[in-house]
Amino acid sequence: MITAEYLGMPLQVDDELDHENKDYFAYCAKHEFRLQRCCNCNLFRYPPQTACPWCTEAKSDWVAVEGKGTVHSYTEVHHAIQPAFKKHVPYLILLVELDTQSGRPTPTEALRVIGNLTTPDGVLASKDAVASVGIGTRVRMVFSDVAPGLSIPQWTIDESGDSKKSPWRYKPE
Amino acid sequence: MPMPENVDATTEKFLRDKYAIVGVGETDYKRGSTQTTRSMATFAVKAAMADAGLNPSDIDGMLSYQSNDSVFSPFVAGDLGIRLNFYMDVFGGGSSTEALIGIAIGVIEAGMCKTVVIFRSMNGFTSVRIGGTGARAAAPVQGDALHARSYGWQSAGQMFAPSFMRHMYDYGTTAEQVANVRVTHSHHASNNPKALYKKRLTVDDVVNSRMICKPLHLLDCCVETDNANAIIVTRADRARDCRHHPVLIRGVVGRCCKPRVDMHYQTGPISTVAGHYAKDILWPNAGVGPEDVDLTGSYDAFTFTTMLQLEDYGFCKKGEGGHYVSDGTIKLGGKRPNNTSGGHLCEGYTHGIAMVIENVRQLRHDVDDSCPIGPDGKRQHTYDYREGGCRQVKNAEVSANLGWAMPGTGSAMVMRRG
Repeated sequence: MITAEYLGMPLQVDDELDHENKDYFAYCAKHEFRLQRCCNCNLFRYPPQTACPWCTEAKSDWVAVEGKGTVHSYTEVHHAIQPAFKKHVPYLILLVELDTQSGRPTPTEALRVIGNLTTPDGVLASKDAVASVGIGTRVRMVFSDVAPGLSIPQWTIDESGDSKKSPWRYKPE
Repeated sequence: MPMPENVDATTEKFLRDKYAIVGVGETDYKRGSTQTTRSMATFAVKAAMADAGLNPSDIDGMLSYQSNDSVFSPFVAGDLGIRLNFYMDVFGGGSSTEALIGIAIGVIEAGMCKTVVIFRSMNGFTSVRIGGTGARAAAPVQGDALHARSYGWQSAGQMFAPSFMRHMYDYGTTAEQVANVRVTHSHHASNNPKALYKKRLTVDDVVNSRMICKPLHLLDCCVETDNANAIIVTRADRARDCRHHPVLIRGVVGRCCKPRVDMHYQTGPISTVAGHYAKDILWPNAGVGPEDVDLTGSYDAFTFTTMLQLEDYGFCKKGEGGHYVSDGTIKLGGKRPNNTSGGHLCEGYTHGIAMVIENVRQLRHDVDDSCPIGPDGKRQHTYDYREGGCRQVKNAEVSANLGWAMPGTGSAMVMRRG
């Protein structure tokens, strides 16, 4: 069992039984974003899981995926439920649609990856940054280092992205 | 009432109207029960038996649902002198009630038992907080939760919010429109002596209450409650011997799912919920459509869940849910009242079972409001829906219940007055 504290909250990866999460987070620890690509139909899948949801093939390869995408939806938390997050409100939970495999294998499917809005160093974003992001914001993946051997993927604003169009926000201030 | 026959059903049509709900009962809604779930369940089942006019020896099946937060059936049965031929305690919360009613029909049809009581008992305020605080928030983050709780994404509101926000983005739905669900339910609750929150609210009250997680204000969220509820299901021919006018089950859907229900929204549109799939089982099997329904009960864990369900079950066009819940249709006195008890938002949170109980009472034409009781022992309903008054829907014949576990999983049931 890999156990580490993140924001005072215990995270545990079961490295004996949970092969999918063990491999996923092992790459994250090296700041590599890799997803399982099915050896039969070549589709990526997220979150990590044993078989391909489109063809049931169990054999897959961990292949590097570009950590870039667009905010598909989000929530901005003002009242934290977990004690670990109480001093970090408001924080953003982003549902990010990756550019890779968007609209495949059917038009409404995509790889949609959860994460917080953070600084490029993986620290939860400031209040001002939180207030600037919404549906449509271009983001890129970064990592929060939890402990040696354990990092979790996060999202930060992609400054190289197309910033001409302002994102949709719930009642912008 | 006559029912259309010329529709295709996914199951054999003879099950329509063959089973009935004959007894309902509950404990008081409290925030601080000072009782165990075993004790509350005992009172709720006892109340449902009294309501049906049945003795412990008439009950031989029991079903319950829970999340490691409640008593198991054999204890409750034993405490009440019920000898069981069948029981099962299943894991789950919202969307369980309608699913278990379907299972009850199935096990009776299979000859495994004759009459089933279904209960849900929880100290959702005192012990295992339904909002996810306390022990649930402090537990180590493992397995699938690494992709959710690590990000402060844990509570039902936080988990469902991406669907709600995307609906606003996709269709222009506003917070003020959806706040009308709370406003409506608060008006209904003001005529429900059992309700925890009886004060009538305004749209401003809702949208000016403090933000929990966008787009959910405090008053968009339901109320953590301690309570137990029970429902008795049996064959329609046995129902005729019971105390009340029977309420017949037209059709049920249980825990119908969108593809890949993993809370990670891999299959869009994420502003469409399980009702989109469930409706294709519900309406053909019930032999009616949304236009035939006199009142609805929907899972209002949040204002938005009611809006999304009414929309995806076809009570309005896709995308028009915001308008539908704010145009007066869902109010008492409107065309199709919703959650006449005040629902989870105002009466109390029960994981969906209380909205079925309310519709049973509505279809008996005997809802427990403050109207005077006549010499025949029945309430003399005034249909005056002003504060503190009546909440009986006039001539209620057909109801629909829409259960919700999460955006991707739902259950539903159509009942009619026998």
